Amino acid sequence: MNPYFKRLMWPLAVLVALIVVNIAVTGFDFIIPSVHDGRLGGAFVNILRRSAPLLLIALGMTLVIATKGIDLSVGAVYAIGAAIGAQYILDRDQSSLVVVFTAIGLALLVAAVIGAWNGTMVAYFGVQPIVATLILMIAGRGIAQLITGGQIPSVSDTTPFVELGRGAVATVPVPIIIGIAVFAALVLLTRTTALGMLLESVGGNPEASRLAGIRSKGITVLVYLVCGFCAGLAGLMGAANLGSADANNGGLWIELDAILAVVIGGTALIGGRFFLLGTTIGVAIIGTLEVTIINVGLSSQWQFTAKAIVVFVVAMLQSPEFRAWILKPFRPRRAPDAPAEPATEKALAK
Amino acid sequence: MLKKALAGIGAGALLLGAAACGSGDDSSGDDSGSGDGLVVGFAQVGAESAWRTANSDSVQASAEADDRIADLQFVDAQQDQEKQIEAVRNFITQRVDVIVLAPVVETGWTDILGEAEQAGIPVILADRGIEQADEDLYVTRLGSDFVEEGRKAGQWTVETFADDDSTRILELEGTVGSAPANDRKTGFYEILDSEGLSYDLVDSQSGDFTAEGGKSVMETFISTHGLDDIDLLYAHNDEMGLGAIQAIEEAGKVPGEDIQIIIVDGSKAGFEAAVDGKVNYIVECNPVFGDQLMDLVVDVAGGEEFDKFIAVEEGVYGEADFEAELPNRQF
Repeated sequence: MNPYFKRLMWPLAVLVALIVVNIAVTGFDFIIPSVHDGRLGGAFVNILRRSAPLLLIALGMTLVIATKGIDLSVGAVYAIGAAIGAQYILDRDQSSLVVVFTAIGLALLVAAVIGAWNGTMVAYFGVQPIVATLILMIAGRGIAQLITGGQIPSVSDTTPFVELGRGAVATVPVPIIIGIAVFAALVLLTRTTALGMLLESVGGNPEASRLAGIRSKGITVLVYLVCGFCAGLAGLMGAANLGSADANNGGLWIELDAILAVVIGGTALIGGRFFLLGTTIGVAIIGTLEVTIINVGLSSQWQFTAKAIVVFVVAMLQSPEFRAWILKPFRPRRAPDAPAEPATEKALAK
Repeated sequence: MLKKALAGIGAGALLLGAAACGSGDDSSGDDSGSGDGLVVGFAQVGAESAWRTANSDSVQASAEADDRIADLQFVDAQQDQEKQIEAVRNFITQRVDVIVLAPVVETGWTDILGEAEQAGIPVILADRGIEQADEDLYVTRLGSDFVEEGRKAGQWTVETFADDDSTRILELEGTVGSAPANDRKTGFYEILDSEGLSYDLVDSQSGDFTAEGGKSVMETFISTHGLDDIDLLYAHNDEMGLGAIQAIEEAGKVPGEDIQIIIVDGSKAGFEAAVDGKVNYIVECNPVFGDQLMDLVVDVAGGEEFDKFIAVEEGVYGEADFEAELPNRQF
């Protein structure tokens, strides 16, 4: 079997299992999209739409992790992006397209600069990634609060800015389109050029890569820049969806969900090989899980526990040792599909 | 920041002025009450939310306007208990008349409040409480009664839906395990059950007190349960309620008409939505208790005894009140 597909098989199985649970509880309406007000709706489409900001951040995070790094500042950059976008528009003519695009451009520029700053600290000053990005994780929300003056700026419901989070093109919600576009761009960039291979080699062994003639420092700065850009864009989408920017709570702990999605998707934190499609599936699992908890009627107190159980199941399924051990009593050479799925559901039902 | 620092220096200068007045010639006092007015030390939590900022502003403004108060020493502890302990110790050294403390955390106050007791300075807690064991070390606590807020929401529900067969309710809870979330829930169902309202709690989930949480949970509620049979949405705070309103509108329903909505807090944004007809009832969680606090300070300085808890005066607002009340909102 194709090793790439093999990596994706287990997360995909868990996602399918979650969807099956939801269909069992709420019927096929869960998966079948409906059109409302010229926009695709329905439970599953809504999950994808709401997950788009997390997807962008997780994709950026995947590239950073591929270079053996990590970016803890994405939640704060999300808040900064949201704050700049909402505040800039609020202070000006809200219905003007020029204002809206300037706001978006400004927010993305600042987010990208912050990302590049993180990358520079890691690549050129040799600061450990977790420390370099921790600085902005802590300070970033303060910066966002300075931008908003400690208030929650709310833009008008009629400004074109909100389309970024609520609108639709040919009935497809804008956040989903942006998610697909960024995913496609990153896949093209890393799989049709040598960049993906260079990334993996930097993550595998930066010194050897440098000696082999790869400009590893420039590549490191680039991935943090992309990650910051994605976080800023995610913040703009979040702010557009709500029509407001909350510097304290916007994108809070999203860095942890993003790292979780990357890991669920099969990319190892030690760097090297990375799986953008796996990350996408990981994001879908996290989004579906939150809805599943509500649909099966578990109380909010269960949220973290249920998340932990699912992550545990995915991690175990991805471990060849665990699979070998659990399948020992059965016929060893059969495809392990059948026994694994009920186990997942049982763990969830608990 | 700079503004605050300047205000602090200003307050300090005022205090020196007042002290000078007290020790020497009373004739030079430009403030009519400064000669025998009280000096109050207030150790505030910080400026972590719009609610808190409104709270600080209210206390400072009330102290300023009150003739019985010569000076309010305001310290912003930036959510740090160490800073608060230091502030209280400073108040003791300066021999203020009354100390007001909005404790960052519940524990660790025994020593410093013991020092205040020995110095004979009464302590009033504002908003938040401290652990039971230290109950003897303060006179009283002035704060919001979250259970009562829940009861008020419940009372309106009982009155509004008294004639219905079965009221179908959705609830957006606050952060799991937080006191306001637990208490607002408890008070609400206490009244519904005791008044014998026939109701059906369709679903209840945490929206984490944020607009984002409120909107996404509401979207899921809508796709799972639909909105056609839902009578009431009870949101534990404004932010979640405002998020849910967007979700309802995007689903093509009219909030406030197709589904009745109660929110707790009463921020400016909440009242604006209410004026637009999107909210039916607002239960206030009032940060503007400066005047009440100053009355209490004067009474406590006069040696009066109080219960260990005094509820802040908090209003409720129905459809007839929204427009008139909106200009009064301070956060």
